[in-house]
Amino acid sequence: MAKDEDVKLVGSWTSPFVMRPRIALNIKSVHYDFIQETFGSKSPLLLQSNPVHKKIPVLIHAGKPIAESSIIVEYIDEFWSSAPSILPSDPYDRALARFWASVVDQKFFTPMKASMGAEGEAKKGLMNQAVEAIGLLEEAFGTLSRGKAFFGGDHIGFVDIAFGSFLGWIRVAEISNGMKLIDAAKTPGLDGWAQRFSAHDAVKDVLPDTAKLLEFSKLLAAKLKEKH
Amino acid sequence: MSKDEIIILDCILSPFCMRVKIALNEKGVSYESKEEDLFGWKGGKSELLLKSNPIHKKVPVLLHNGNPLNESSNIVTYIDETWPSSSPLLPSSPYERARARFWIDYIDKKVFETGGKIWRSNGDEQEAAKKEFIEILKQLEEALGDNDFFGGERFGIVDVIAIPFSCWFYAFEKVGGFKVEEHCPKLSNWEKRCLLKESVGSVIPSPDMVYGFVSSMRNKLGLE
Repeated sequence: MAKDEDVKLVGSWTSPFVMRPRIALNIKSVHYDFIQETFGSKSPLLLQSNPVHKKIPVLIHAGKPIAESSIIVEYIDEFWSSAPSILPSDPYDRALARFWASVVDQKFFTPMKASMGAEGEAKKGLMNQAVEAIGLLEEAFGTLSRGKAFFGGDHIGFVDIAFGSFLGWIRVAEISNGMKLIDAAKTPGLDGWAQRFSAHDAVKDVLPDTAKLLEFSKLLAAKLKEKH
Repeated sequence: MSKDEIIILDCILSPFCMRVKIALNEKGVSYESKEEDLFGWKGGKSELLLKSNPIHKKVPVLLHNGNPLNESSNIVTYIDETWPSSSPLLPSSPYERARARFWIDYIDKKVFETGGKIWRSNGDEQEAAKKEFIEILKQLEEALGDNDFFGGERFGIVDVIAIPFSCWFYAFEKVGGFKVEEHCPKLSNWEKRCLLKESVGSVIPSPDMVYGFVSSMRNKLGLE
């Protein structure tokens, strides 16, 4: 069995996708070497370990690379299979968890990211799409949590990690745009959940500092606008 | 033992629907297929579809004893996990499973969308799409290596996910003016090998049927 020293994660403190495996590794109490990429360039290690997509995160376990954040999280859950489990055990519940994680990526993240490089009416439209997605997730939280603290029930699960990894960026967007995406009035379920998730032992040290992330977001917005 | 009720909200030409049928065939599980009218030629999408998949409103939907499941790759994984003892589709080691999921994700992101760009355009745009498509297939051929299947010696989940696109290749080839076999001979052999399987051959429509559909769509879009 591979030792914990054989676990490396290539990523960046700013990336929500990188946060996902970091949370998962923390849940499993696995120590790892965090190798940070420099913004704006890709290291030889990254290009060699993820030649197809050339993106972070990449988990390198005993020399073997695994790419794509959700795939890495499932791998962590399966390799370090002792409790707590990240995915539920029932196949239908697992399918639901995977479905909602993909809703986070497709319906929330895609318009949210696009809105950063947009302006005026276009930006407004994209932000509205992201807000609609949050509405869907509020409903999903009600159903999946079954009255408990997290989407995963008593413990943080797959959907918690998928959506919770965006909380730092959600706060930045709220400050930058002078509006609330998650609030006690419109999304009470998610509001309580966000506070509990952020305070969780497996999360609190990897959730980026809002002020630092806000500074970084200005750099990123400039870069995204350049591409248009 | 009570019998499972399995219904697929289906579209005969959809490679995403074909995946689900192949997976159920591999498991020896019987199902009922309900063809959906996706283009509104006969009244549009059914109430059942809109109720079972309200967010995406897409096929396939699998209804297992009334419980809906969406997203074809998700459905195929569910089928493998629900009927684990017959013909396992996912490999057993966590690393190999991660590898399989990586290629499923790659195929989902790239193949159909880029193939679609070929027949939905003309001229330079089509040329660019064609080049991109061939690169994607070469990447997949590299992943296949010298194995009989993406699953290694046995037909596995990546094969289930990928093989339905084979009936669309002829349409892409005819419109784009190229041949998959010339660029990716190993992949062509893999296609033939998969199509010999009863679970696959009984589900995949003829490439001529797909080409007929693509041709009529191109006419409608004013591309031909």
